[in-house]
Amino acid sequence: MGSTLIDALFIFMLAAFIGFEVIRRVSPLLHTPLMSLTNALDAIAVVGAIVLVGEHKSTLSAVLGTIAVVAATSNVVGGFLITDRMLKMFKSSRPTKP
Amino acid sequence: MTEFAGSQTIIEIIYLVASALFILSLKWMSSPTTARHGVWAGEIGMVLAIGGTLLHHGIIDYKLVMIGLVLGTIIGVPLGKVQMTAVPQRTALSHAFGALCVTLVGTAEFYLRTPNVPRFMMSVLSLEVILGGLTFTGSLMAAGKLQEILPQRPLTYKGQNLVNFLLLAAAVVLAVYLVLNPGEKQLFPFILAIALVFGVLLVIPIGGADMPTVISLLNSYAGLSAAAMGFVLNSKLLIIAGALDGSSGLILSIIMSKAMNRSFTNVLFGAFGQVQVAAGTPQEAKTTRSATPEEAAAILSAANKVVVVPGYGMAVAQAQHKVRELYDALTKRGVDVRFAIHPVAGRMPGHMNVLLAEADIPYDRLMDMEDINGDFPQTDVALVIGANDVTNPAARNDASSPIYGMPILDVDKAHTAMVIKRGMSPGFAGIDNPLYYLDKTLMLFGDAKSFVNSIVHELGGGGHS
Repeated sequence: MGSTLIDALFIFMLAAFIGFEVIRRVSPLLHTPLMSLTNALDAIAVVGAIVLVGEHKSTLSAVLGTIAVVAATSNVVGGFLITDRMLKMFKSSRPTKP
Repeated sequence: MTEFAGSQTIIEIIYLVASALFILSLKWMSSPTTARHGVWAGEIGMVLAIGGTLLHHGIIDYKLVMIGLVLGTIIGVPLGKVQMTAVPQRTALSHAFGALCVTLVGTAEFYLRTPNVPRFMMSVLSLEVILGGLTFTGSLMAAGKLQEILPQRPLTYKGQNLVNFLLLAAAVVLAVYLVLNPGEKQLFPFILAIALVFGVLLVIPIGGADMPTVISLLNSYAGLSAAAMGFVLNSKLLIIAGALDGSSGLILSIIMSKAMNRSFTNVLFGAFGQVQVAAGTPQEAKTTRSATPEEAAAILSAANKVVVVPGYGMAVAQAQHKVRELYDALTKRGVDVRFAIHPVAGRMPGHMNVLLAEADIPYDRLMDMEDINGDFPQTDVALVIGANDVTNPAARNDASSPIYGMPILDVDKAHTAMVIKRGMSPGFAGIDNPLYYLDKTLMLFGDAKSFVNSIVHELGGGGHS
């Protein structure tokens, strides 16, 4: 128990630092798509919900889990869709393609 | 048994790849040229992770899982196709959905594990449910305000902060008690209920102009609650994704609070909407100069450099496409037109950029505050469309102003300032804007969309180029 906890804390700490460093470099131009993208990525919580539903340990867990899968999946699908739609709109006035 | 262990290893490796793809996805967001790769990386990572999870040996009930995935997709597709003007409320709604997922999983895990919950596990579980619960209802409130189902005005009452503090304290005390006595499972619903109520009370007092900060903060909370869920489920992938989302929201909150000159602690403790000043101090009749669309068009076409300052008013009037026509008409005449974007313009971080990009304005014309402020003294015309407080020079030189110290766009340093505005009513924060009374300022009274349209019309019919 103790060592997995410590491992998990290490992972959290490292990921938080990576997040800070990577996201600090995102241009303010893209802050809205950034937020919808992180939202979609955050919906990876769906994997936890899938296991909860799939294991079907109790009726309560199956019901709550199914709602959770629905909520998270809608974030995955909607989040990626709208992020891509937004990014498609960002065009440069200097055509970069040959 | 070894077969199970083998498939577990495969799943872990898939999660490892997915984590790397998520980090790359955010890294590619740093520039508009690579950003779409970022979305693809994220999508591949997500598909891998979900696919890998379905291999999990413990899963016996695939039917319910599939129902959930299909229903979620059916709901998600329309949410991905909303109008660009509705993006702030869509974002708030998706924070609510993310938090709902986390809260429900946390609740289910508690009832599966009680009463044998180790103390650390119970602490994280409480954190997950408290953060998730308050983010869920808080984000719903924010979405309701942005969609204008709920009043945008801040709803405040006496002792609000005390009530909020006591509620949060009660939730924490109950959670600590539950950690020490994991058998007392009847306490759990109270913790959850308090978190849900707290979320409502946290966001209700917040006004529309503070939404960029609130949305960022709720984004951060959603991420942290997901990371807490990762600790509970011992899922490294979830810890990483939650930490990335949490730090992203935190960075945006910091940027937003700096742009509104709030201290970071002020933001962290949710003390928004405090700028409500009993304004309306009757002004001695100050004079303004106003201009017609013809005059505005003449001044704009004679200019070399024009900077457009858009604000939430442009979004409300849906004027972004007309603004593009103005941009085209002026660019055709050889006028250098750029856009100055204040970090808190609009209702969420980057809101103006998305609207202008949607209207096909090239993104290299959209300038951040730091990059454009030095250029205002060399700017012939600064055209303010639906922005107010972010152009208020009182923030720079009037220590008694409630927004004193807030970084602003130095519109008043341009040779001529033109402000499109419906009337002389003060802005959202109720603060008078001295910019409007300067000799160099021309007020263009009218609806943003129709006024810009008239200018475009004048420019088109002007004849000689």
